[in-house]
Amino acid sequence: MSAAKEIRGKIKSVQNTQKITRAMEKVAMSKMRKAQERMAQARPYAHKMTEVMQRVAAASSDYTHPLMAERPVKRVTYLLVTTDRGLCGGLNINIFRKVLTEMKRHRDEGVEVQFALLGSKGLAYFKRLGGKVIASATGLGDKPTMQDMLGVINAVTASYEQGETDRVYLVSSKFVNTMTQKAEIAQLLPAKAPEAEMTTEGGFGWDYIYEPSAPELMDTVVQRYVESLVYTAVVENAACEQSARMVAMKAASDNAGKIIDDLQLAYNKARQANITKELAEIVGGAAAIE
Amino acid sequence: MAELQLDIVANEGEIHSGKAVMVVAPAAQGEVGIAPRHAPLLTALKPGEMRVETTDGQRLTFFVGGGILEVQPDRVSVLADTALRSEDADEAAAAEAKRAAEASMEGAESESDLERAQAELAAAAARLEFVRKLKGSAHK
Repeated sequence: MSAAKEIRGKIKSVQNTQKITRAMEKVAMSKMRKAQERMAQARPYAHKMTEVMQRVAAASSDYTHPLMAERPVKRVTYLLVTTDRGLCGGLNINIFRKVLTEMKRHRDEGVEVQFALLGSKGLAYFKRLGGKVIASATGLGDKPTMQDMLGVINAVTASYEQGETDRVYLVSSKFVNTMTQKAEIAQLLPAKAPEAEMTTEGGFGWDYIYEPSAPELMDTVVQRYVESLVYTAVVENAACEQSARMVAMKAASDNAGKIIDDLQLAYNKARQANITKELAEIVGGAAAIE
Repeated sequence: MAELQLDIVANEGEIHSGKAVMVVAPAAQGEVGIAPRHAPLLTALKPGEMRVETTDGQRLTFFVGGGILEVQPDRVSVLADTALRSEDADEAAAAEAKRAAEASMEGAESESDLERAQAELAAAAARLEFVRKLKGSAHK
């Protein structure tokens, strides 16, 4: 009987775990919807910002803003966007893996590598690994605000302007669909406006009045453009986090179900064996009396 | 009647979208009033009040914390900043982010049981920093 009892205890504990993973799946599902909405809401601004950036860059082509200056690459900064919480599948791991291969390449070329981190998972990882971290921010939460990440962005742009780093890459998760997220590296600094043919309206047949002049406007525009890129990445990462968690928790719940089935089978067998044994004993006892 | 398509967008989402006959915005070099068929204009905004008169005669006001104003003959787009900012605040935020990184990375390559304690320390420091930042922005 004791074996059956033990198995029953195990079933109970797996069932409890399954309850938790199921709940987490449901929570992630509803949060994912909101995060996706937030991602969509950031799009108009990012789109307009890109357009303005293209215009201003085209209008002030003879002026190079400090944040757009190309330099020979001796020091590289990676700005990593990671989650604050775990249990979201391989989301953060994929980002770290991507960065590590890049880092190895840079080490071989004798290029110094440093990091700026958004999200506490990144911070915890580099604490274990070691490495030069110039700025970090954690606890961005489900509703990331510009205010929270401004410190890191400013630290990175300042270090670029002062020549402490010659290139900045943004590493973040791209939301392909609910099942798929992809770690991607994009160049953040020197800032480059994407190709002009992406503009939808007007074309470049006419130009704006710039007030103050286009080069002076550049200061505001480049900074905002960089901020908008980072913000978009963070919001997208939040959507990735929730969907990755949802998928991971669904897999965990399914696995728990399988384990419960197996245990149930073992339990039934143990119980049946016990009954058979008892019957045999009774029959044996009766035969001995006769 | 001529009208403008007005879109006020921020990073966090769209704030306002609709038709207008007059828009007054706090541009960097003084307040500008924009009526339909205004010449194309691109300018920075400083923090201030935006006044809008819609096609049905309604008067709306918005507060913008700075940003960029784009004017085309039939449309006005405002890229509004939502975060509070000034030169000082920007610098302070950057310093905080650096300090947070330094504090949490201290003794990074030491023993593994120290790590958990350090992780907690980092979290506490980050929270403290957050509160400080909140307080800071409340004073301004």
